[in-house]
Amino acid sequence: MQPIISISGVTKTYATGFKALKEINLDIVRGEIFALLGPNGAGKTTLISIVCGIVNRSSGSVTVDGHDINRDYRAARSLIGLVPQELTIDAFESVWATVNYSRGLFGKPADKAFVEKVLRDLSLWDKKDAKAITLSGGMKRRLMIAKALSHEPRILFLDEPTAGVDVELRQDMWAMVRRLREDGVTIILTTHYIEEAEAMANRVGVINRGEIVLVEDKAELMRKLGRKRLVLELRSPLATVPDAFSRYALELSPDGGQLTYTYDNQSERPGVASLIRELEAAGIQFRDIDTENSSLEEIFVNLVRKPA
Amino acid sequence: MNPRAVMNLHAVWAIYRVEMARALRTVLQSIVSPVISTSLYFVVFGSAIGSRITEIDGISYGAFIVPGLIMLSLLTQSISNASFAIYFPKFVGSIYELLSAPVSYLEIVIAYVGGAATKSIVLGLIILATASLFVPLHIEHPVWMLAFLVLTAVTFSLFGFIIGIWAKSFEQLQLVPLLIITPLTFLGGSFYSINMLPGIWRTVTLFNPVVYLVSGFRWSFYGKSDVSVGVSLGMTVVFLLVCIAIVAWIFRTGYRLRN
Repeated sequence: MQPIISISGVTKTYATGFKALKEINLDIVRGEIFALLGPNGAGKTTLISIVCGIVNRSSGSVTVDGHDINRDYRAARSLIGLVPQELTIDAFESVWATVNYSRGLFGKPADKAFVEKVLRDLSLWDKKDAKAITLSGGMKRRLMIAKALSHEPRILFLDEPTAGVDVELRQDMWAMVRRLREDGVTIILTTHYIEEAEAMANRVGVINRGEIVLVEDKAELMRKLGRKRLVLELRSPLATVPDAFSRYALELSPDGGQLTYTYDNQSERPGVASLIRELEAAGIQFRDIDTENSSLEEIFVNLVRKPA
Repeated sequence: MNPRAVMNLHAVWAIYRVEMARALRTVLQSIVSPVISTSLYFVVFGSAIGSRITEIDGISYGAFIVPGLIMLSLLTQSISNASFAIYFPKFVGSIYELLSAPVSYLEIVIAYVGGAATKSIVLGLIILATASLFVPLHIEHPVWMLAFLVLTAVTFSLFGFIIGIWAKSFEQLQLVPLLIITPLTFLGGSFYSINMLPGIWRTVTLFNPVVYLVSGFRWSFYGKSDVSVGVSLGMTVVFLLVCIAIVAWIFRTGYRLRN
């Protein structure tokens, strides 16, 4: 299937000479939730801004649902809703006026019933006549989301949606994202909270220093995440792993004092219990047991700490 | 631009409406204060000083300054309305939405400049009505009067729009109106006929674009002007075209908007 967003060879060099993006190639699949992970300053917001038309790219091309974002900017942009990181709202307008303005700006005819539904879904209906300046931070965030949803976008960008957001709003937001996805909306969220990516995304991309360093299916990542290692400290060193244990693919440390078993803890029968039973039966005694997780966090940190 | 694309009129209307709503919200600042200051001009220049000045071109001094006063407010308000309207979203960051919306540059300009120009035209008409309370008014060419009013409001709203995009701080936003526009308007023949100036200064004055606006506008009232009305109209249109060219360049390059 044709990707809903196709980014190829996109670079951005600012006037200061700073290279914010170096040759980004990325396809977003229709209907997926894509999490773009990366440390601060990695280029997440710049990339989103280019796709949304807020920042001009230096080179490369972007299409949205087959529409070039420059030649066919109207068709491309009207598909996209953006919730930026910063709370930037005209402070003196009412909630109702602000959301209706956004809908008009994106070329949609007035639809009071729809705007009311958006406000109700985001628990903003009671505040519809309040001026934006009087809203709490959480309410302002909800208003930003309402603006982005006001024109029924098919693609939603959430830039750091849960930074500094309380638990209730975070849960509401996750519920909303799932609902939108059921309606077939493609969602791209940037975050530096890994749990968020784990909980929500179908695919995960990691960006660092302006480069995409990894794009992977979350299930695949979970498999990696699911790799666990069992380390056994032996009482007396072994010269070799006995043949009886060949099905476990055990690794023996050079000094023969440590046995390592790598297994998949997602599987029904990881084999840990049977291994220990069989070791006991074979008279191999150990004095300590340790398990290690290779978490997404670990993968992520290793990826982004790589020297440039 | 995509030739098949039709205008996004919903967007133009949305922006225009927000601009109008702001004017109504700040009615004191946008309407009442210029009316008060204009009234003060009439009391001071029209009545107190004007009573001691003889007629100019056969027009009483009080009536003579009316077109100039309207132009003065029209220029300053057009610039400040339009420059603020586009600077403010830049300042608070809400400009992201405008840039990410499916609107063309032309639509953005029509909406913002239309909003700013509407406000200053309404203001000009209010000042005209206020002036009629102080001096007997006579408008010889009402259609031309409206034409000059609209042309000037649109031209200087465009100019204000450019300043709003150029400005990086509130200080810069005030700088151009204060340092350039105010002197030009005061030296633009609002309060005197440039024929009253000594030769060399009269020539210098002809480089001031405001002279042509005031002169043409006054002609539409009283049928008398410092420079010929054709030249006035021509100069105004030239300035309008210059502003349009600058705006086109800004949008083509993304100057201070998409960089």
